[in-house]
Amino acid sequence: MNDHDDDFMRESDRDIDLVRAVELELNALAETTGQAEPFLIKKLHRRAFLKLSGIAGSSLVLASVLPGYGPAAKAEDLGSLVGSIELNAFIKVSSEGKIVIYSSNPEMGQGIKTALPMIIAEEMGAKWEDVEVLQSAVDESRFGRHGAGGSTTIPRTFDQMRTMGASAREMFIGAASVSMELPRDELHAQDSTVSHLFSSKSLTFGELAALAVKQPLPDPKNLVFKDKADYTIIGTSVTGVDNLEIVSGLALFGIDVRVPEMRYGAYQKCPAFGGKVISANLEEVKKLPGITDAFILDGNDNVRELSSGVALVGTSTWAVFNAKEQLRINWDETSASKDSWTQMVSRAKQLHSQPGETLISESGDVKSSFSNPDHQTIEAFYQYPFVAHLCMEPMNCTAYYKAGRDGNPDNLELWIPTQAPTRAYPVAKSLFGLDQEQVKIHQMRLGGSFGRRVYSEYICEVIAMSKQVGAPVKLTWSREDDLQHDFYRVGGFQSVKGSIDQTGRIIAFEDHFMGMTYKGGRISGSGFRATEFPMLNLKNTRATKTLFDIQTPCGPWRAPGANTTAFVIQSFIHELAVKAGRDHLEVLLELMGEPRWFDQGNVRSLNTGRAADVIRLAAQKANWGRSMPKGHGLGLAFHFSHAAHVAEVAEVSVDANKKLTVHKVTVAVDVGPIINMSGATAQVEGGVIDGLSTMLGQKITMEQGRIQQSNFHDYQVLRLPNAPEVDIYFIQSDYSPTGLGEPALPPLAPAIGNAIYAATGERVRKMPLTDEGYSI
Amino acid sequence: METYQLNINGRDLEVEVDAQMPLLWVLRDELGLIGTKFGCGIALCGACTVHVAGKPIRACITPASALVGQPIRTIEGLADGTELHPLQQAWIDVDVAQCGYCQSGQIMSAAALLAEKPSPTDEDIDAAMVDNYCRCGTYNRIRKAIHLASENTPCQFSDASQGGGEFHVKQRSEGES
Repeated sequence: MNDHDDDFMRESDRDIDLVRAVELELNALAETTGQAEPFLIKKLHRRAFLKLSGIAGSSLVLASVLPGYGPAAKAEDLGSLVGSIELNAFIKVSSEGKIVIYSSNPEMGQGIKTALPMIIAEEMGAKWEDVEVLQSAVDESRFGRHGAGGSTTIPRTFDQMRTMGASAREMFIGAASVSMELPRDELHAQDSTVSHLFSSKSLTFGELAALAVKQPLPDPKNLVFKDKADYTIIGTSVTGVDNLEIVSGLALFGIDVRVPEMRYGAYQKCPAFGGKVISANLEEVKKLPGITDAFILDGNDNVRELSSGVALVGTSTWAVFNAKEQLRINWDETSASKDSWTQMVSRAKQLHSQPGETLISESGDVKSSFSNPDHQTIEAFYQYPFVAHLCMEPMNCTAYYKAGRDGNPDNLELWIPTQAPTRAYPVAKSLFGLDQEQVKIHQMRLGGSFGRRVYSEYICEVIAMSKQVGAPVKLTWSREDDLQHDFYRVGGFQSVKGSIDQTGRIIAFEDHFMGMTYKGGRISGSGFRATEFPMLNLKNTRATKTLFDIQTPCGPWRAPGANTTAFVIQSFIHELAVKAGRDHLEVLLELMGEPRWFDQGNVRSLNTGRAADVIRLAAQKANWGRSMPKGHGLGLAFHFSHAAHVAEVAEVSVDANKKLTVHKVTVAVDVGPIINMSGATAQVEGGVIDGLSTMLGQKITMEQGRIQQSNFHDYQVLRLPNAPEVDIYFIQSDYSPTGLGEPALPPLAPAIGNAIYAATGERVRKMPLTDEGYSI
Repeated sequence: METYQLNINGRDLEVEVDAQMPLLWVLRDELGLIGTKFGCGIALCGACTVHVAGKPIRACITPASALVGQPIRTIEGLADGTELHPLQQAWIDVDVAQCGYCQSGQIMSAAALLAEKPSPTDEDIDAAMVDNYCRCGTYNRIRKAIHLASENTPCQFSDASQGGGEFHVKQRSEGES
């Protein structure tokens, strides 16, 4: 278990030679099984690992230093500025010089559990080797907002983390000033040591810790952050702080949770969304080996909370999975989804030549431009499917609902792999009547998320199960549950039209966006922005939309909206460039025009100068314009999303049987300064490979409301031999750093599509590629 | 429910389970060895890869009862005491993991490859790793880490490659904790 709360901290006020996860796991196991000698896992000595391997990390030694702003303190006691209250919530230092930094946001593979503590350590003047990173408890009054999504964690917390580090640094300098009787401005903190600038006097953070605690908390307004030129941690490559646990198979993930007396759960919902259980063969499945309970949950008809289904509880995951296959359930599908992908496609095809029902934005006069006989006008219809998140770790959660006794209230403990830990509070209240004080949440590492785990339905399911059986329950979804009860990346269609004037310039652009609503409500990613590129770059533009109402749950999926709209727009601009007989690079740069912010004063808006810079850099590094052998091609695409400017050039070849080889993808990125170079390049590599995997062969289809795919045999993932080389360049502009979990993905699909056109003359307007006869 | 004697990471253990229960769930739910992961349940994704007599197998479809008398090694038993297996160290040095969930299966497949071919080519890596999925897209770093580990590989790997697939078992004595 990864319970790094304060109780554990106090208990750990000694040198812990075991990796904490092992120790906790062993304890839990011993309690669970009653085995005298906990089985097997070697007592891993972290120090020994360090000595042998030189891993950047440190042993776990915690002592309570920098108290005084404990959990009892309130934000108002310490001013309202970001960070003041959290100072000691994020940093602890022992008298031996060990530094514990808490990471307060969920780690799902995007690397913030390493990156955020790097920012703190940098400002603090800590030596990274002295730092141990622990996942924080869930407590927004201490840590600020928990949660990760929208590539916002770095931009949202950069200053907060710097404030944490700088406050601690000033307290160490204050302590050193008192101790050495030297003026503060002659002291400097670096490598976990405060040194005198004009002599050899110095004291380590460990030596200063006890005194540092007693220093007044600096006013955040007076804190001065380090100059970029002095960085020794930010911008370097640091290996992930959980890597030792990951490669050793130690408990980290939600699915790894084991608590005493825990039972295992499975939950069967209706294959058609919204269907309700009428009856089930409960008595029969209760007799199956290892099954302790089987019951129906009525649910509250909210797919984001608790859908009707049959719950199974037993002595192992296998027992409940096995019993689930034996279930025979009568479903009431009166109000269940009847969605059909086939019907959505045919409806979109009927509508494609008309403008949409609702105007999104209009400027100039697209009609006259399109009808001008001197202009060349083309139109095209693009299509993209629903796709699943397919996290390698299926949805799971562990809950222990303890009924109150002797007048004490009920309480609930949750171990959740989630992007949004505190979203469990409102559902615990609305569904189970529990106040926040009655709910304790542990945030577990996520085995992938990509937007999936912002919802709480798996949490609601397991709370209901634990409450019913009066014991802790770990609910694990099967892969089939996971694929067939997702909040999908919404599918859709765009009908686009554009014209070129006599000089070959793009003069007009129109987009009819055909998307979806869910039971009348907005769906993440199913929209077209009035500011979408190139709406503001051209004089004559028009965007309209038609929305189809569906009952298939949808939600954010890595770079929502951008991951499909980039495909349409960046492919179509290439179509227009080809029609004009011009170089794509030249046309794209021409569209950007003079360097300017699209939304003046908004540094999260598209900057045409930053865009042109990444486009030029990617083209240059990919040797754009070189002659290619027959069947080979280069494709270029740019997309702005999540405040990131990203350009990609794909190099592909296609053989006579439409077998595609992606040789290389060159990427240029401007997200401002990079925090962890290793983590940043990982996100770009991942975005490119995920983008290719999705574009190539992934689609979710539904008929009669039922998802037709069920596991990896009919929902394919790109494999290792087909992963292209990814060549990455960063422009580290002076703007504040922004996130990189999402924005490298959107340009990939149009870059590949444009490269296929360059190689073959065949235009890709529909994803996935396997539906168009391609293979890899 | 029957009692079976299994040899896991060099230790003999008794488990009382249904004859059909796959090794994956015996490891995870009965023995607390959670390093072996559940990904698909139909032997497609590779997250549950473990070694039986040195060969990689998919624990999610292999009943534990069929493995009596055969040495089983899981990710928890890959390090030699406090010394990481060269692949584990390479995985850290290359910073392979993103979410990290598939990586114990990836490492076990790679370890079986190195035991057989101490200096694998890219084609060898393609063949050995093709059935281990990674949703985060860490494939290029996996390849790099395997090459790095093969350069670091201690001599026992070449011994193992000559002597069959028993390396991972021979490395430890019975009863070692």
